[in-house]
Amino acid sequence: MSFETTGIIRVEDLRKLGLMPSEARMRKGPVVIVECVQRIPCDACVFACPFGAIVKENINDIPKVDFNKCIGCGACVLRCPGLAIFVVDLSVGNGKALVTVPYEMLPRPRVGLRAELLGRDGSSLGYSRIVKVVESKDKTYAVTVEVDEKLAMEVRGIRVMGDV
Amino acid sequence: MDLRIYNHPILEFKRDKEVYFYFNGKRIKGYSGETIAAALYASGYRRITKSPKYRRPRGVYCMIGKCSSCMVRLNGVPNVRSCIVPVENGMIVETQEGYGELPSSVNLENSEDWEEMETDVAVVGGGPAGLSAAIYAARVGANVLLMDENYRLGGQLIKQTHKFFGSKDLYSGIRGIEIARILEDEVRSLPNIEVMLGAEVFGFYEGRILGVLRDNRIVKVKAKTIVFATGASENFLVFENNDLPGVMGAGAAQTLMNVYGIKPGNSVLMVGAGNVGLIVSYQMLQAGIEVKAIVEAMPRIGGYVVHAAKVRRYGVPILTSHTIKRALGRDHVEGATIVKLDENWNEIPGSERDIEVDTICLAVGLNPSSQLLFQAGCEMRYIPELGGEVALRDENLETTVEGVFVAGDLSGIEEASTAILEGRIAGISAAMKVVGVSSEWIKKREEMKAMLKEIRSGPFSAKVVRGLRKALIGVVS
Ligand code: SF4
Ligand code: SF4
Repeated sequence: MSFETTGIIRVEDLRKLGLMPSEARMRKGPVVIVECVQRIPCDACVFACPFGAIVKENINDIPKVDFNKCIGCGACVLRCPGLAIFVVDLSVGNGKALVTVPYEMLPRPRVGLRAELLGRDGSSLGYSRIVKVVESKDKTYAVTVEVDEKLAMEVRGIRVMGDV
Repeated sequence: MDLRIYNHPILEFKRDKEVYFYFNGKRIKGYSGETIAAALYASGYRRITKSPKYRRPRGVYCMIGKCSSCMVRLNGVPNVRSCIVPVENGMIVETQEGYGELPSSVNLENSEDWEEMETDVAVVGGGPAGLSAAIYAARVGANVLLMDENYRLGGQLIKQTHKFFGSKDLYSGIRGIEIARILEDEVRSLPNIEVMLGAEVFGFYEGRILGVLRDNRIVKVKAKTIVFATGASENFLVFENNDLPGVMGAGAAQTLMNVYGIKPGNSVLMVGAGNVGLIVSYQMLQAGIEVKAIVEAMPRIGGYVVHAAKVRRYGVPILTSHTIKRALGRDHVEGATIVKLDENWNEIPGSERDIEVDTICLAVGLNPSSQLLFQAGCEMRYIPELGGEVALRDENLETTVEGVFVAGDLSGIEEASTAILEGRIAGISAAMKVVGVSSEWIKKREEMKAMLKEIRSGPFSAKVVRGLRKALIGVVS
């Protein structure tokens, strides 16, 4: 079933649209995953990126990403109105990966807090600790969690748990 | 019961002044800034009034003064829209029995009470289109009178907590509530715009005169040109028990949550997976409300998949080819029966399923608020792609009545970004008719048109573009 029926974007969808970086690029360090798969009138990511890594010729194009220009800074994660941008880092080793997701819920995230890891359909993929939090001035957070490498493309949301 | 929200990830609700009023003899606490219906809802009163004929329980449906679901008697005066009238100490609010009787003490025919005003450009409606029209008309050099029946500018932007799509020039990536602030600041900074709030434009008369009701007084506004930007109202849907309190527009729920900080309920069924249904569902999660399911009669999700993905990540099911069959409950919503549809939109027998919810939200489209345009004598056409009856217009958004312009959802249901652009085009055009044509502003107006064209070039705009073609003056339907 397609994302138009399920509301769930799959890795295959991203690959088809050129939105998946190569494995080699992902191993080198943090890189953006833009999960924006329809032609919609929006250019917030284009102007959010300080490195010009995301371009759109027509405002309705699907974003084009230059994975070599992207340094995985996460500025676009905080700006995207679709909350559709993530950063994945496979350079950590030990079978682990870092995933950065946008977050606009309560409780507010903090480094060290426990978080439930959520898949694309909301299913629980385990628990982890928050390792990094960046807050935009308009109250969106980019929250980074450490996950098993095989879940790097599956964890797309978190539920922040209370203090431990 | 207190349904007020005290912690929210995006919003802060100021409740500095307590206000006490009476509802059917009971003393109710509200806060300044809340409306009667909002304060009642927060205190657990979902049934506010009764239907005039069958005396069925009625609550709020639109929360923005566009329907008549919440009308009460206020201090003896009937047919008062409780959703938009702010609470004041000592108010006496009563459930209305039947059609209201006009109290003898109100005498609107007293002509000495009339006030008269003149302006170059009158703008009716202070949402994204109206604000933009006022700003651009003022920049061109006209004197502008901007009127809105609410007590705050911003229209429906004031409840849009999400960040907007659109282009950088149209505030992409900025929350709607922030865009409202930016536009309002700009309006307030322009000395040639006068803002009149709590002003209900009720009539259009010969010679471009608007009848305006404000503080129970009538103001006659004589305008050289008028931009109507009155927005739209939420559609209703036919199903059993659809008038039960707790069934409301998705936009109404959004107003309760994001403007007044009041939960519409604790568990919700959303009907419609267009952008409104998806966005409001997500905002309900932010307010700590459980969304049990989103049902969509079409076989696929109508809104942007990025919005759908946001709610799916929190486990909200989106059931395509499903619709609501009936609301359950006697006095207010206690559940809903949903049903699966086959490819011909027929209910599949035996597929009914009851879900326990206390609120049912309808996100099934919007309808342009075009009453004043009919009265003004604009040539109207029913164009389903634009949401209903719209005025025919030329490419500068002037209708068949000279000097009368339209912009925003009133001219066809679309997005805030396109409403802003239409407002600018209508504002420039309306002002140039008064202060004279300038090549500089004609150039700017062409730039706006080019921007509109680009924004509308995607697949999600195809329907609107088809509709707009039929709405051009000179096109035979
Ligand atoms: S992560 Fe940083 S560098 Fe990469 S696309 Fe986003 S803003 Fe640009
Ligand atoms: S900002 Fe987000 S929604 Fe907008 S085009 Fe970029 S990825 Fe898509």
